[in-house]
Amino acid sequence: MSSLGPTFGRGAMTNSWTDIRNTDLVLIMGGNAAEAHPCGFKWVTEAKAERGAKLMVVDPRFTRSAAVADHYAPIRPGSDVAFLSGVVNYLLSNDKIHKEYVRHYTNASYLVKEGYAFNEGFFSGYDESKATYDRSSWEYEIGPDGYAVRDMTLEHPRSVFQLMKKHFAVYTPEMVNRVSGTPQDRFLKVCEWIASTANGERAMTIMYALGWTQHSHGAQNIRTAAMIQLLCGNIGIPGGGVNALRGHSNVQGITDVGTLTAAIPGYLNLPTETEPTLESHLGKRTFKPLQANQTSYWQNYRKFYVSFLKSFYGAKATPENSFGYDWLPKLDVPYDCLRMFDLINQGKTTGLICQGFNPLMAIADSNKSAAGLAKLKWLVSIDPIETDTARFWENHGEFNNVDPAKIQTEVFMLPVTSFAEEAGSITNSSRCISWKWQAADPYHDSRTDVVILADLFNRIRKLYDTQGGKGAEPLMAVDWSYKNPAEPHADELLRELNGKALVDLKDASGKVTRQAGQQLASFGEMRDDGSTDGSMWIYTGVYGPSGNLSQRRDNSDPSGLGVYGNWGFSWPANRRIQYNRASADPEGKPWSERKKFMYWNGERWTGPDVPDYVPTIPPERATGPFIMNPEGVSRLWVRGLMADGPFPVHYEPFESPVTNPVFPKLKGNPAARIFERDRPSFGNAKEFPIVATTYRLVEHFHYWTKGVHMNAVVQPEFFVEMSEQLAAEKNIKHGDVIRVWSKRGSVKGKALVTKRLKPLTIDGKTVHYVGLPLNFGFIGEARKANPINGLTPPVGDANSQTPEFKAFLVNVERVATPVA
Amino acid sequence: MNIEVSRRRFLQLAGAGAAGTAIGALGFAEAEAQVSAHVKPFRLVQTKEARTTCPYCAVSCGMMVYAAPNKASNGKLEVVHIEGDADHPVNRGTLCPKGAAAIDYIRSATRVKTPMYRKPGTAKFEPVTWDFAMERIAKLMKEDRDANFVEKNAADTTVNRWTTTAFLSGSSVTNETGWVTYKVARGLGLLQIENQARI
Repeated sequence: MSSLGPTFGRGAMTNSWTDIRNTDLVLIMGGNAAEAHPCGFKWVTEAKAERGAKLMVVDPRFTRSAAVADHYAPIRPGSDVAFLSGVVNYLLSNDKIHKEYVRHYTNASYLVKEGYAFNEGFFSGYDESKATYDRSSWEYEIGPDGYAVRDMTLEHPRSVFQLMKKHFAVYTPEMVNRVSGTPQDRFLKVCEWIASTANGERAMTIMYALGWTQHSHGAQNIRTAAMIQLLCGNIGIPGGGVNALRGHSNVQGITDVGTLTAAIPGYLNLPTETEPTLESHLGKRTFKPLQANQTSYWQNYRKFYVSFLKSFYGAKATPENSFGYDWLPKLDVPYDCLRMFDLINQGKTTGLICQGFNPLMAIADSNKSAAGLAKLKWLVSIDPIETDTARFWENHGEFNNVDPAKIQTEVFMLPVTSFAEEAGSITNSSRCISWKWQAADPYHDSRTDVVILADLFNRIRKLYDTQGGKGAEPLMAVDWSYKNPAEPHADELLRELNGKALVDLKDASGKVTRQAGQQLASFGEMRDDGSTDGSMWIYTGVYGPSGNLSQRRDNSDPSGLGVYGNWGFSWPANRRIQYNRASADPEGKPWSERKKFMYWNGERWTGPDVPDYVPTIPPERATGPFIMNPEGVSRLWVRGLMADGPFPVHYEPFESPVTNPVFPKLKGNPAARIFERDRPSFGNAKEFPIVATTYRLVEHFHYWTKGVHMNAVVQPEFFVEMSEQLAAEKNIKHGDVIRVWSKRGSVKGKALVTKRLKPLTIDGKTVHYVGLPLNFGFIGEARKANPINGLTPPVGDANSQTPEFKAFLVNVERVATPVA
Repeated sequence: MNIEVSRRRFLQLAGAGAAGTAIGALGFAEAEAQVSAHVKPFRLVQTKEARTTCPYCAVSCGMMVYAAPNKASNGKLEVVHIEGDADHPVNRGTLCPKGAAAIDYIRSATRVKTPMYRKPGTAKFEPVTWDFAMERIAKLMKEDRDANFVEKNAADTTVNRWTTTAFLSGSSVTNETGWVTYKVARGLGLLQIENQARI
């Protein structure tokens, strides 16, 4: 998400599950959809069967997706940027790009100002002592008119296009082979197939998941993929896109709502302590267009911000008190989950509440997490099932070897309703908000999350009301005027997310366009004077004046393109394919009949979807299709929007078997999230010569289903997948119990010796790797196992802080041959 | 919008063999009555049907959940059957091995039935009342908040933050739950708030 936003403007899956049927070519890389998203993968199968689409899979393992692919290429874990940069180089050096798309819909023509440099893997502005970049040299050259300077011929040496050619030239097929271990012929076939879509006639979709995100350079993996799609003109068209296949059923919705350290719902920012006033916060976020006639939709940021504050503080938010801005907590530093567990481990945290979250299993370096949990004064688990975290204090022999008497943490397990015992809306990976209806009564004494949290909040506020205490004012200012304060209703909450008019809204002529109290139909109605509320602008429209559209169940598809525009409500504004104005050329005509989608009919933009564009802006105004960006175009060059560089670079994982073959001076992502006190916990290739990667199994979901009978039966225990060559070298036979250990921890399990993995030659050296399914632990019905994250390193991506679960170093040895 | 009604009606007709079907209208009423006497009513006729979403991955497949009253627990509606929603455009009735076994998640052996409490230094959980658990948690939170809430930082800027308690928010809860979670956690001044988006 932290790379799609800087590239396209919004950090979410660009197309939809059902749109995958429109594709001609699928690249699955950094994911394994057939195994991890089986019911979404069916649209790949459909495209193959109905359109003759081809499927390519690039993965360290010959996965279930690879098993049904038309082409498979192996790759070393953690080397995706090198591979994808090789594709970029192939497209550029062979002139296999969609030129008109690149010229008009990307920032290829923009000039980067003087002073930018790139040397031996480092961009200009690096401060080694702080391990961060000063990004000021990564900006555009600004002309006397205040707009960014362009060269539409793409010839200027400082144009993004020319800088790109230079930057990616090093990633030759030979270099890709040295870094990634992918045989050149297999790599080149991927390039040729991708190039076959760079024309507006054919489309490619890219499907990825945690195999790309869970690296210390994860955001740059996705960035490189997004650049490929832009060079081919595959964004905004049916069957195209960079499709982030997300994890939990509502992780998209919860990311939208923003229960993240630095977020406000709808991708607004929580203020930092350097922004003491509302104006100081908003003043940094004016999003002035960088070209004439551009939409730059974030210019409305202040309307969304004030509407949020009106929902949060209700009548107490007034223009006089800056709508309650002072009451909001202000950040000193961002507290992402790596920092959170670092603080817990240091004993600086008193209490932790886990709502449907099992951090002992899910966070990197479980031993560090376990030691930290024991330092908490109290822990609350709000979960339908018992989690390993809730029982971290319990002795489970070698799998959780602790002494309960020594752990002074007070622990609560609160029973919460399951998915079938509550009503509300869920937003799927492709942004479609759908209602679910309550099917059964709460199980035993369980209560809904809403009831539990309302109870807690009301009790705490009552304590402050009767006893007083620190920070009472901001706490009491929060609006809680629900019909039943003990149980806010889902319907009421979705209305609140949508927003309403607080007074009669009038247009310039004084005509009332929306009556006081009416729900807003669109975020275009939001105002910055406190006359509207709405806690999450991107969802506005889902519960407008015509009711709760997330409940719509009309599955008709008149265009036959899998749009399903009357099924639920897809944010923003019920658009199903984002940036869909790019499906037409600059004159507004479809790039080809074959890919016809949204087009200009002489009066307005039309087609099967809702235009992601002001519908009446004519093509001659040259307003770009990427309306969120001040440029109006997408970004091949992301300026200072990413912490680790305006272009991707191949960084080795923090634990790597080789020296970086491209830039030998680089040791890992120079801007990665790492805490100094964790550095001793990293291993080297001498002690730990084998690469490890973690993954999911189709029978299991994360750490829940080990407690679900059927799933524990069909996939009962942890195993270690390894090649025949590694097994022979280590004298391990299929079914032997083996030990896998890293610098941080150790796990035991049976060896699964398979042809699905093969050693690769990296920079002249044989590199082995093992695959570790992550779904096991010590609570549940499946056989007990050590948490797999006992092995993984506490280092995170520079932009998303996502831990590096997909590439680290271990060693393996045989423990015993089982009797049975 | 009336798909649900017509499906239900169809099932009732099919199960009970009621008159008024095309066959009945054609004069085969007696023959049909004889056939229907031997047809077992469709087993889900007596259940309550609801459309929901699979709790697992972000394909977010549509599910139909059937529940029936359980006499052993005061007639509470309990889930008796789950299947894929054939009307759902994304999954079209299919479910994966996880979704297909979701009923076992609802009745998991490790499902938490009642609030449980583990005292410091002990080796077991014991059941407690909701009131005990909630009052105790509220008190513990207030103690920490009163001790560590920061109204102004060193530069005298109002910061209203509480950084010594952390909240991990679930990503399979509804949007409405997410919003309440946000409101409660931020309203208290928490900055350590995270969900599964990063991992």
